[in-house]
Amino acid sequence: MPVFWRRLVIFFISIIPFIWLVYQTLTNQLGADPAKTIVLFTGKWAIYFLFITLAVTPLRRLIHFQKVHFRWLQVHRRMLGLFSLFYAMLHVLAFLVLILGLDLSRFAKELVERPYILVTIPAVVLLIALGVTSTQAMMRRLGKNWIRLHKSIYLIAILAWVHVLMQVRSSYFDAVLFGGVLLLLLLPRLYWAIRK
Amino acid sequence: MLIKKPSDIPSSEITPEAIYNARRDFMRGAMSVAALGIGATTAPGLLAAPVNIADKDVTGPAWLTQQIALASANKEKITEALTPYEHVAGYNNFYEYGYDKTDPASKSHILKPHPWSVEIAGEVAKPGTLTLEDLLKGVALEERVYRLRCVEAWSMVVPWIGFSLADLIKRVEPTSKAKFVSFTTLERPAEMPEQKSRFSTIDWPYREGLRMDEAMNPLTTLAVGLYGKVLPNQNGAPLRLVVPWKYGFKYIKSIVKIEFTEKQPKTTWSMIAPNEYGFYANVNPKVSHPRWSQAEERRLPSGLLRPNIIPTQLFNGYAEQVAHLYKDMDLRKFY
Repeated sequence: MPVFWRRLVIFFISIIPFIWLVYQTLTNQLGADPAKTIVLFTGKWAIYFLFITLAVTPLRRLIHFQKVHFRWLQVHRRMLGLFSLFYAMLHVLAFLVLILGLDLSRFAKELVERPYILVTIPAVVLLIALGVTSTQAMMRRLGKNWIRLHKSIYLIAILAWVHVLMQVRSSYFDAVLFGGVLLLLLLPRLYWAIRK
Repeated sequence: MLIKKPSDIPSSEITPEAIYNARRDFMRGAMSVAALGIGATTAPGLLAAPVNIADKDVTGPAWLTQQIALASANKEKITEALTPYEHVAGYNNFYEYGYDKTDPASKSHILKPHPWSVEIAGEVAKPGTLTLEDLLKGVALEERVYRLRCVEAWSMVVPWIGFSLADLIKRVEPTSKAKFVSFTTLERPAEMPEQKSRFSTIDWPYREGLRMDEAMNPLTTLAVGLYGKVLPNQNGAPLRLVVPWKYGFKYIKSIVKIEFTEKQPKTTWSMIAPNEYGFYANVNPKVSHPRWSQAEERRLPSGLLRPNIIPTQLFNGYAEQVAHLYKDMDLRKFY
């Protein structure tokens, strides 16, 4: 399949969760606390896309049989990353508008009282920076610094996991699952870094 | 039992028109249901449930359905709108069935709540095992509309069907050594799938407890129904506790054991995180949870663009009935 069509297919698959959410919202199927449902849903998908983006390189380098390989995925990494940003922005916006009603004084209070929200601030700022600098022109302009900046995706992923971990109440399932996946994604990189 | 009306009702508590109208529609529906089938002998008004997909499956033995139908209507005028049945029975924390709010409603149908029996143990003159039928024999059920405030800062208004726990306590005759009452939920992993989970922080079975004077307070209710019907499994069928001035996690569900003890019993949430959840768990806007404020609550259903946020009241608005129980206590220390 030509790159253009692949791009289109991946785009439409990635937007399905969003369309699903809009559909559920318009048909009133989000339950008694729709704001919370939207915040949780978009947050989860931001993390899923972060993981998918981080999986591109290990998949490409570790799985390469004659016909089965993931070299083709490399071209689409930027879009996957931007979808993580997209769902993360929806998550933040939903929290600010639907939960806090855009009340800045409440936001300040939340930051002080809820450290699990505080830890996401650097993650969100960095994720936006990565999105803004994701164009070819920016890559050329930043040169070596581009790679340095974009390595912060590891920090973002770890902070996102801490954000989940700090909210554990009755089950470690999500935190353990996300931590396990993150470890799987980071270990090969650690290995490559040490070997070099 | 008395729920006094506060002298001035904040505007945030006045029922929005849309909900008011919806309730009127519901009342009309309820009336016609009553007129059609049940006739004039049952309690009027609220005791007929709205027609809803969610309550299709709720059935119980005939004797229980009948006894619930005969419950006396709620005498008090509560100014706040009832939370619709679909949310009361569709938005639950019941971790035995999963951690999402919709898990209990979708997964609890495998529980078989009948036959059911409750063990009465500890410091009582009449210990033993009571079947649910024995336990309810001669008990006049009442509809009791109470606010329910969850520790997670959301709240509902629920029309329970039940009776005062005090009535049962008097029947089993606690000894002078009985200072606390502890409750245990059913442990039946075959029908409560999360009890098999390895990731759960909960040491099953779920346990809760009350001080004796709290247990004897007329507000403390053993509920067997809601919205005029048998309790749905996801709401703690067939027998659950309702303690309206405390956070929802005290409202232990599907009770199989009631034990009278001299020492304060262990309770599930305070075993998991003693700094976050205390034994008393009285609703208190001034005592924050370590991870969030308790000053306000989202009254469900909450709108999407206009979140229904209202201030939380001390003792969930039941200070008049219960504040005396904690007269000389530091509520920050005994949270």
